[in-house]
Amino acid sequence: MEPILQVNHLSVSFDTYAGKVEAVRDISFNLQPGETLALVGESGCGKSVTCRTIMRLLARNANIDQGSVLFRGDDLLKKSNREMRAIRGGKIAMIFQDPMTSLDPTMQIGRQIAEAVTLHSRVSRRDAKKRAVQLLHQVGIENPEKRYRQYPHEFSGGQRQRIVIAIALAANPDILIADEPTTALDVTMQAQILDLIKEIQKATGTSVIFITHDLGVVANVADRVAVMYAGRIIEIGTADEVFYDPRHPYTWGLLASMPTLATDSETLYAIPGTPPTLIHPAPGDAFAPRNAYALEADRIADPPLFPVSATHLAATWLLDPRAPQVQPPESIRLRAEEYRQKQSAKGASL
Amino acid sequence: MKRWTKYIGTRLFYMALTLFIITSATFFLMNALPGTPYNNQDRLTQVQLDMLNKKYGFDQPLMQRYVNYLGNVLHGDFGVSLQFSDQPVATLLGQRIGPSIQLGLQAVAFGTVIGVFLGVIAAMHQNRALDVFCSLFAITGRSVPNFVVAVLLQFIFAVTLKWLPIGLWDEGFRSTILPTLALSISPMAESCRFIRTEMVEVLSSDYIELARAKGMSEIRIAFTHGLRNGLIPLITVLGPMTVSLMTGSLVVENIFAIPGIGEQFTKSILSNDYYTIMAVTILFSALLVSVIFLTDILYQIIDPRVRIEGAK
Repeated sequence: MEPILQVNHLSVSFDTYAGKVEAVRDISFNLQPGETLALVGESGCGKSVTCRTIMRLLARNANIDQGSVLFRGDDLLKKSNREMRAIRGGKIAMIFQDPMTSLDPTMQIGRQIAEAVTLHSRVSRRDAKKRAVQLLHQVGIENPEKRYRQYPHEFSGGQRQRIVIAIALAANPDILIADEPTTALDVTMQAQILDLIKEIQKATGTSVIFITHDLGVVANVADRVAVMYAGRIIEIGTADEVFYDPRHPYTWGLLASMPTLATDSETLYAIPGTPPTLIHPAPGDAFAPRNAYALEADRIADPPLFPVSATHLAATWLLDPRAPQVQPPESIRLRAEEYRQKQSAKGASL
Repeated sequence: MKRWTKYIGTRLFYMALTLFIITSATFFLMNALPGTPYNNQDRLTQVQLDMLNKKYGFDQPLMQRYVNYLGNVLHGDFGVSLQFSDQPVATLLGQRIGPSIQLGLQAVAFGTVIGVFLGVIAAMHQNRALDVFCSLFAITGRSVPNFVVAVLLQFIFAVTLKWLPIGLWDEGFRSTILPTLALSISPMAESCRFIRTEMVEVLSSDYIELARAKGMSEIRIAFTHGLRNGLIPLITVLGPMTVSLMTGSLVVENIFAIPGIGEQFTKSILSNDYYTIMAVTILFSALLVSVIFLTDILYQIIDPRVRIEGAK
């Protein structure tokens, strides 16, 4: 199938007083129609910048140094501001992290939704309102006619995020970018919002790019996962491949630091060290200084993405045929083992 | 609805209380001023002074005069002016307040509209040429006294171009244009500076980012989502500014030879014109508390978050 979105060799940097920050460094990925791709990584790894570049919502000090973002074959980076406005909200919509601050406090929430409707289709005021009420109903706000007239402060955090989702859905977008949509919510709300996004995706067939640093969330929603570190994608594959057959030591670290029901130790694992600065990044693998499995090669040259399977790529020299054979940590091996048993049990029961 | 009635009732009570306190304080402070209202006091004999004091009731004890005055005011009698041959104060001010209020309102309306517009433009182009231009304008407007602007305007538009009258109050709206412009410089500069600061903050907030992600244009974002939020704090500054402009500017009114109230107030203090001082003070305070009251009502209309509890 033709991908709906192709990001090719994208590099983005920011001019700051301290120097040029290379926030995104030569990343490429595709998004298929109807699929959910999760961008995972710790704060500052470039996942949000990537999405803002797709939306062309970067701050004024940002430079797109190279690459292209093809939406249905058209390069979004070459579009005029006017063309971009039709795409933003119309074809590609975005949900933000903090629902408490992403709605205009002085405007009725219904009008904020209706506004998004009228921006992308020629409809009468009354029809826009009707559509807004219907959207409120769709995202699970009860009593939508009455609540249309209410202001953001009259809603809870979870409800506000539903309203933000309603705004994003106003023009039936082809791609929904969710930038940590559940980070600011409590756990029960998180589950509800994730269910809502999945439900919507089922009903409308929209593709979703899901940015998060929460691997639990990823496991719940993603078809494919791209793990980012220091502005690069270091591992990308189907959710099963990344979760149960990870190849990059950083992914191992991330997974090991996620508690599971089987975790019985008192202390949680944490990846040692801190992410590197992206002002003049040093040559070699950016993760090498924190990597217990680092090879000499990691300090000299940045590893390319080695194919593991047709859908699975990982950027680590460990996958080079010349590299020594390294066993992943025990908890990762256990995961893979457990998974294989589950799969074979499933196969047997069929 | 009942809540509103209660809210407004309470507010009106406090407004009356405020006015009462201001009136009382002014009355006693004013009487503590040295001198008398009679401008040729030195040449009056004690007998003549006694006669005059008796005529105007100044021979009574202060407390008695205070009670009498309050009683009269409640009956709508503000006394007679002592400097203008016993003209009732109410008539005197009535003739002069009109031009001042008109000029004040025109200046505030014109000044804020232009100032807000410039402020929004400046915020949208933060730290770029247009912003620097607007800020420069605002600083200049704040620093140059309005009488300098007044004279410049007279020179350009009345003397050189001869488009508008140089002064006086006899050509209707045409007479008001130059003084309005001169007076509007300060609210213009003030609101430009204020709105720029507010808008810079508002424009970096999350809901503005969401509006961008909706596909709205920058101009539309600034003037719908941005301005609505940026304007709220301006209302607070705007109220007192309106009052101070409505109550007249001594200098500007003098330069344009406008029969306004600003000049009256200063003169009445210098000449111990007790009843005029009291009346002008009461008038100014009444305007100020009313404007503050209106500001609060306006707040509730614009900002849904401060709506009074339960009021719908």
